[in-house]
Amino acid sequence: MLDLSLELRDLSCERDDRVLFAGLCAQFNSGDVVQIEGPNGSGKTTLLKVLTTISNDYRGEIYWDRKPFSQSKFEFLSQLLFLGHLPGIKKALSPVENLLWYQRISGEVSKDRIFSALTQVGLAGYEDVPCYQLSAGQHRRVALSRLYLDPSPVWILDEPFTAIDKKGVAALERLIAERAEKGGLVILTTHQDINSPSLKKVNLQDFNTVEAQS
Amino acid sequence: MSSKPQSVGETRAESPQAQSLSNVGLFSGFVAVFKRDLTLAYRNQGELFNPLTFFLIVITMVPLGITPDPEVLAELAPGMIWVVALLATLLSLDGLFRSDFEDGSLEQLLISPSPLYLLVLGKVAVHWLVTGLPLTLLAPLLGVMLFLPDSGYGPLVLSLFLGTASLSLIGSIGAALTVGLRKGGLLLSLIIMPLYSPILIFGASSVASAIDGFGYTSQIAVLGAFLSIALICAPFAAAGALRVSVNG
Amino acid sequence: MAWTWFHQFGSPRWFYEKTTAWMPWLFALSIILLIVGSAWGLGFAPSDSKQGNSYRIIFIHVPAAFLALAGYYIMAISGAIGMIWKTKVSYLVMRSAAPIGAVLTFVSLFTGAVWGKPTWGTWWVWDARITSMLILFFLYLGVMALQNAFNHEESANKASAILALVGTVNIPIIYKSVDWWYTLHQPATIKFTEDSTIDPSMKYPLLLMVVAFYVLYATVLMMRTRTEIIARERKSKWVKEMATAS
Repeated sequence: MLDLSLELRDLSCERDDRVLFAGLCAQFNSGDVVQIEGPNGSGKTTLLKVLTTISNDYRGEIYWDRKPFSQSKFEFLSQLLFLGHLPGIKKALSPVENLLWYQRISGEVSKDRIFSALTQVGLAGYEDVPCYQLSAGQHRRVALSRLYLDPSPVWILDEPFTAIDKKGVAALERLIAERAEKGGLVILTTHQDINSPSLKKVNLQDFNTVEAQS
Repeated sequence: MSSKPQSVGETRAESPQAQSLSNVGLFSGFVAVFKRDLTLAYRNQGELFNPLTFFLIVITMVPLGITPDPEVLAELAPGMIWVVALLATLLSLDGLFRSDFEDGSLEQLLISPSPLYLLVLGKVAVHWLVTGLPLTLLAPLLGVMLFLPDSGYGPLVLSLFLGTASLSLIGSIGAALTVGLRKGGLLLSLIIMPLYSPILIFGASSVASAIDGFGYTSQIAVLGAFLSIALICAPFAAAGALRVSVNG
Repeated sequence: MAWTWFHQFGSPRWFYEKTTAWMPWLFALSIILLIVGSAWGLGFAPSDSKQGNSYRIIFIHVPAAFLALAGYYIMAISGAIGMIWKTKVSYLVMRSAAPIGAVLTFVSLFTGAVWGKPTWGTWWVWDARITSMLILFFLYLGVMALQNAFNHEESANKASAILALVGTVNIPIIYKSVDWWYTLHQPATIKFTEDSTIDPSMKYPLLLMVVAFYVLYATVLMMRTRTEIIARERKSKWVKEMATAS
């Protein structure tokens, strides 16, 4: 069984002299679904960027697998799947080509599984259509189909429920719950309520200091 | 491929596992980026010819602006061709990371377990293949238009071959620094052009010196040295710059 | 122990309060050195046998050129320190150093041109050193332009630090290349930057002026950094308290 552990110790971020959050301490383990909450501009995306190592503008410590990030970054990244605001889908390529590319940079390549994943997100029949012919919602779904493909145990998802229909939302919720049950760790931001027994909430407003320290 | 409901459960993502790192080879990221960008370049064929057309048009402007006198043009040819090749490269560099930045692929590159150095190198290699190399191959034609003496063609092609690769590498730093800015194009030229001066000096001089009947091996050797330095250092700087730009 | 000092030094407030005491001394020292140096150089040093009095512009030209180059490295190194140790002050030093360096580069180019007119009868010569200086000027402009292009201060700082570091790797290469280029194209009639032996009666005032420029540079850099600190921390408590107290 997986034993994942991501720990934040006294994490703080500021942007243009405005403190987004400070003194954030949290411990996430295998089986957790973590919902990051907070009003717009409270630093949700910033926190996800820090956790995905895209940004290193933070103070405090992050521990992965009980080792500081500076030593365990590579191992962490090889177990991470991140879906951001932008889908990361090339318009000139077809959905299959886009997914193949993601498989190539992260490990094994299996075309069959790509086809079935695209079927899962309702894109059967669009496999070889260039993505510029697809809508924004369909781009989003191409990106989401990576969740069916990628065996990475850690998922970090920024607003995954935007631009998908009700059925898609339900399927995605099921997928997230399933990943957690199997020992994965899912961290996401969303305005939606999530049904999951292992849900943990982190509200960034609790860590928002009104006045910056002198 | 089956859309039958019962297959749904079976084709769910396999259970999470700590991916063994060995199946992500060191160069698999490089190869993946290289193949993808080459495909993308092939799909956007129209854009491929823009730097070449620019190259051709500017060289046509030279006799119009100065003189059609063959002797004068022959004198100007090495420097002119080199300067214009440099400008054409600069103009094409603005797009190096831009589409990746805009559609979010850049974030995904940054968190790939493959070293960012190699991913950047893959992108730059494709950039050179679709701009620097065609410019190098087109240069002899422009040499004919500018009455370049016969002895200049060899060093022209050779120096451009090595030099444009350095231009792409060094330029990638500028492209990475300006990718997050809305009007990055002019700024990119501004910050990168001074760094191009050594390459221009040795590139143009190799041609001029061959025309004057001297050897040009030393200039080519220096260009080779520049290329190896750029190969080692530039992708690192560009990788660092990309991290900054993504958070900009 | 050394590290706590280092991090303290990286805090804007600490830096500001410490340097307050130094400022008058630095000011006084740079003014005295400048007055003595220029009086010595302009008034007492003998005139040149070939160039007469026009050579005296070297007492400005040479120190400005020295500092223009050294200033680029100071800028790049403070940028690097900022990137590695995330110290705020070093970025502010970097930001302050860029325009000072650009001005010094411009001064050395301008005085070179003024010197060139009576000496070789032309304002501009594509001499190796002048050309390198011009490229250095462009490098400074690039760093400043990049700094201004970003909306977020943090990104602006990091981006210009990277560019400055790339520049430091390139500067020696550019200098060597331009030097080589010049020897290739050197016209036989103009020859002026050979390292001719300089008489001690001219050398010592020149050295003094170089020292004076270094001190002046340090003073201006510190002054600008302090201004940047105040501008940046204008909303913080200690700046407000200081403003109301005075």
